[in-house]
Amino acid sequence: MADDVWILGITMTKFGKYPDRDIVDLAAEAARGAIADAGVGMSDIGVLAAGNYMGGDGLLGPGRLGQALQKQIGQTGVPVYNVMNACATGATALRTVLMAIKAGETDIGLAVGAEKLSGAGLLGSGGAGKADGAEFTPTGRVGQVAPLDGRIGTETMPGVFAQVGMEYTHRYGKGDFELFARISEKNHAHSTLNPLAAYTKRLTLDQIMNDVMVAYPNTRPMCSANCDGASAAVLVSGERLKRMDPDQRRRAVKISASVLTSDPWTETCQVLPDINTLTRNAAEQAYTLAGVAPEDLDLVELHDCFATAELVHYDNLMLCEPGGAVDLFESGATWRDGRLPVNVSGGLQSKGHPIAATGIANVWEVCHHLRGEAGDRQIEGARVGLAHVIGLGSACGVHILERAA
Amino acid sequence: MAEQVPLVDYLVLGDAPHLLAHECAQCGARYFDHRNACARCFGAEFRDVPVAGEGEVQSFTIVSFAAPGVAVPFAAAVVDCDGTWVKGNIINTPSDPDHVRLGMKVRLATYVVGTDSSGTEAVGFGFEPA
Repeated sequence: MADDVWILGITMTKFGKYPDRDIVDLAAEAARGAIADAGVGMSDIGVLAAGNYMGGDGLLGPGRLGQALQKQIGQTGVPVYNVMNACATGATALRTVLMAIKAGETDIGLAVGAEKLSGAGLLGSGGAGKADGAEFTPTGRVGQVAPLDGRIGTETMPGVFAQVGMEYTHRYGKGDFELFARISEKNHAHSTLNPLAAYTKRLTLDQIMNDVMVAYPNTRPMCSANCDGASAAVLVSGERLKRMDPDQRRRAVKISASVLTSDPWTETCQVLPDINTLTRNAAEQAYTLAGVAPEDLDLVELHDCFATAELVHYDNLMLCEPGGAVDLFESGATWRDGRLPVNVSGGLQSKGHPIAATGIANVWEVCHHLRGEAGDRQIEGARVGLAHVIGLGSACGVHILERAA
Repeated sequence: MAEQVPLVDYLVLGDAPHLLAHECAQCGARYFDHRNACARCFGAEFRDVPVAGEGEVQSFTIVSFAAPGVAVPFAAAVVDCDGTWVKGNIINTPSDPDHVRLGMKVRLATYVVGTDSSGTEAVGFGFEPA
């Protein structure tokens, strides 16, 4: 069994719109990029985990990416795991490869996440809500006679995550629309330094607050940007890494913790998805595994699928005292020049959120800084970072990464 | 008066409309949907219990963009009804942040959602300012 697992190579495509390229093209670019970055070859890869959520062009359907990718970059016959875990799909692919290496099945493996989401619109929407028509017949687990989206709450993501953030502000009596908009202002400002972000435009607080309201308090720029993209990572066992070249060893990033949790039962989770408890559980496990405390972190990439989500994850990841998320943000700590920079990539709101690519892209961003290769947006001297994603339903992935000594 | 059916089976119509929860006989966890077993304690026996019709808004959003056919804006909220959280819209008041507020007191109210081909009305519920 391998004791430790490292990231040997990692890459992401620029996030954006690729009308002329299919999902497999994007996955191939990321996979070949990660293999080249790792300094290995396709024949060294002993396992492949491929994440895709939506299916779409280039694929026969969701869950088909792995073998479709092999047809384009190398049919080596190794085991392929097609994984899908909502917005935690990429992190799940990464962790699948890590587990195969830990189990001793192979020394080197490849994780890929790819998605085409440009123009996808609202996610989670159940579709048209017509009540009139044929005779009412109760169906499903609540015996409904008509669609419920818009009649009993909302099923769309901006509204669900808006309520998650509003519940936090009510629980602690702090925070409002403007606060959430300022979180978004930070991430859009950060994205101006990221050439791979889908959007790199700095927006003023006024522009953000006066943009189209999607689901109060989330305006359009406060929602994750639907876009296309892919990311990939090559993982290696610590034992195998020891026999590699000095340059490979120097650039390798240690995965000090890799944790995946699901949402445990909580009193109110059937009414409002509880994205807090599983994130806190994952963070606690990760800090223990890594022997790292939140104050040791030099940067964090967390799942800001909406501005309202970023706030609660400050607390869930224990970047502040319980109830202290508003104060943490207002202290300026989470800006890139602050004590604990959060989402220096621009986050999902500005870098973009091609679902299955997001988990590995967040890890890539952290690795980029730990390797000292982040150029204009480099967080100087970064040694330890955390990458977090959450998929509603729910799944939470947390990875703690450390620079080679 | 037209025949009426509830929009969902956990809404009880009549003179005093109210919601029913399926309560786990073993641990008391409450669910509005039908469960195969309790997600908390794995027990498989449930009993129906009435849920308080008055409560306090714990969270809300005002949805301005929704799927085609869903009327907007609407205020989706989470209401604490004497310890049981309920999902529902805030109705009978404008859907804006001046009228829908965290911590506001609300009570259950019903309204006709639509009519089917035989003239039967579907009745839904929401919460109105108390």
